[in-house]
Amino acid sequence: MPATKAQALVTDLVVMDSDPVADAEALERLALWALQRYAPIVAADPPDGLVIDTTGADHLHGGEELMLSGMVNRFHGSGIAARAAIADTWGAAHAGARFLAQPTIAIAPGAQGELIANLPIAALRLDPSIVHGLRVLGFNTIGDLARQPRAPLALRFGPELGRRLDQAIGRIAEPIDPIRTPELIEVRRSFGEPIAAAETIARYTAKLVAKLCRLLEEKGLGARRVDLLFHRVDNSYQAIRAGTATPVRDIKRLTRLLTDRIETIDPGFGIEIMSLTASHAEPLTATQVISSLVEEPEADVSGLIDILGNRIGQRRLFRFAPVASDVPERSIARIAPLTPDGGETWPGHWPRPTRLLLHPEPIETMALLPDHPPVSFTWRGVRRRVRRADGPERVFGEWWKRDAELVAVRDYFQVEDDAGARYWIFRSGDGEHGETGSHRWFLHGIFG
Amino acid sequence: MPRPVDNAVVSKLRERIQRLEGTSGRGRQVLPFGVTEIDRRLPGGGLALGALHEVAGGGNGAIDGAAAALFCAGIAARSKGKVLWCVTRPDLFAPALAQAGLSPGRVIYVEAGDEKALLACMEEGLRHGGLGVVVGELARLPMTASRRLQLAAKRSGTIGIAIRRWRRQAEASDFGQPTASTTRWRVSVLPSAPLPVPGVGRARWLVELIRCRAGESADFEVEAPDAKGRIALPSDLVHGSPEEEARRHRAAG
Repeated sequence: MPATKAQALVTDLVVMDSDPVADAEALERLALWALQRYAPIVAADPPDGLVIDTTGADHLHGGEELMLSGMVNRFHGSGIAARAAIADTWGAAHAGARFLAQPTIAIAPGAQGELIANLPIAALRLDPSIVHGLRVLGFNTIGDLARQPRAPLALRFGPELGRRLDQAIGRIAEPIDPIRTPELIEVRRSFGEPIAAAETIARYTAKLVAKLCRLLEEKGLGARRVDLLFHRVDNSYQAIRAGTATPVRDIKRLTRLLTDRIETIDPGFGIEIMSLTASHAEPLTATQVISSLVEEPEADVSGLIDILGNRIGQRRLFRFAPVASDVPERSIARIAPLTPDGGETWPGHWPRPTRLLLHPEPIETMALLPDHPPVSFTWRGVRRRVRRADGPERVFGEWWKRDAELVAVRDYFQVEDDAGARYWIFRSGDGEHGETGSHRWFLHGIFG
Repeated sequence: MPRPVDNAVVSKLRERIQRLEGTSGRGRQVLPFGVTEIDRRLPGGGLALGALHEVAGGGNGAIDGAAAALFCAGIAARSKGKVLWCVTRPDLFAPALAQAGLSPGRVIYVEAGDEKALLACMEEGLRHGGLGVVVGELARLPMTASRRLQLAAKRSGTIGIAIRRWRRQAEASDFGQPTASTTRWRVSVLPSAPLPVPGVGRARWLVELIRCRAGESADFEVEAPDAKGRIALPSDLVHGSPEEEARRHRAAG
């Protein structure tokens, strides 16, 4: 479409010259950002894509689906419309991200063949002339193409067509050449004879870590994230990524973090190159640890946090911090486990239950309105008589959050049944005015 | 209970047995409850450091584990160092732990996906040695797993606590199975202390010491932890019944 026609269609259209060089550079920068953030093997997929090998890295971001949606949201936040797909192969993920309707999709392992069968041939990363030629012959989808005998097609269009098809379905491997920048601190080791045994890998990991730590020390840095890449003899990569909560230069600790995950590595026919990169480093200066003037310092648990965080995911490791809110479920916030402790706590003058149900559960009650606790209530099919009760503690809605909370009220009671079990129940509404709530009763917590 | 024999030969023999069992040295350090009645029943006069302890709730508490969790929070509040609290179900309410003296800055929570991962996290925490207490909420605790935890705790001197918490009441019979833990407690709720005015008084528990290595089982009626994590005997029990009090006065006078 000529620019004049486009301008006629859209008013105030901004026209810019295309700048492929700047585009490629920007893509490269984006790839480096993804390298820092998501996984050790990242490459630019020009002209408009990034390819990331997320094997063994997705659990750190809460699973594949969450990682994808998080990724797309993050791009959206910085003004980039993005689509993402995860699949067994580069080819299928490439096609899925560009030609499927969903903005994010995680294609199940082994399902890529049937999923891409309905996509147009243009999804195969072929030369436009081949695509055009195929369309002339009456092929529209990848499925049409896959069902044809190969030889005549190869004779007419060359070996490229069969190769791309096999790459997308996963019959042949397609290694990703990971992006690296000169300022990254990297050490590598090549082996004359490929190695495969876990013990050998562990031994060389330790040697590489020692080398890396020396380099880091020269620059006064500590690693926040290290990537161990295994270059296999069949020209593909395997990777281990380990993150730390604070900058680390301790050989033993880094080795431990990496060797913990060796069993996730499939050495295949052997590993010929191992490279270790500090993909994220921060300044680390020496600090005085022990002084006789101050009292005995608390033991450093950052090593433990790193080990657990790499095993089960950073976001599953947290501390609770107080939030200034009277609504119980909003009064806690999860923070990173090593956030400095300011000593804040919750106001302690109101009783709080040991267990707080995720969703308040509706209960059947008999109660006098407006301000009496129930005489009895039925929860999960069991009727309990209330022997003692305390309350109400009135919690008002937070009008600055939502309009609907402008007049909302909850009246909390602590009640004790015959056996001594104590529960935290509330009535939604103040017992007099219908607009303050439904006046139904809920059980919200269990006291210890 | 017969009085222990104060004999040089016997005490030497005891020491030798303890050395053989590997419970000497660090294993002898304890965290007292600060309640003479309870500490008297525990070997060493308190909850052993560097050991695994099991706590379960009685009745409904076997499912919600609320009282058991608060009991452990009280122990953790009186210990030194950070606390690792491993859960699979995220229903623990931190403000309640803070009211038992366990400030939010001291507790690191681990939300494990399943019990296998939780056991691994607990073991890692116990091995580390820099923590005061490692708490894990578990339904199943096989012998092998408990043995691993016990050994890890013994090496580092950290208290390990397994809060046993089941999905269904019927599964709670699992608590009878043998494990390698040093002590086993059951905490059940009792009607709270009566107040002269309408309201709910301080919570009362029946704490049963079901199993105790090198000690005897016992049960105590206690009041829930205060703001410093200390449990206490109810005052009416400490001073005995009024008649007894009067008799004591007469005897003293």
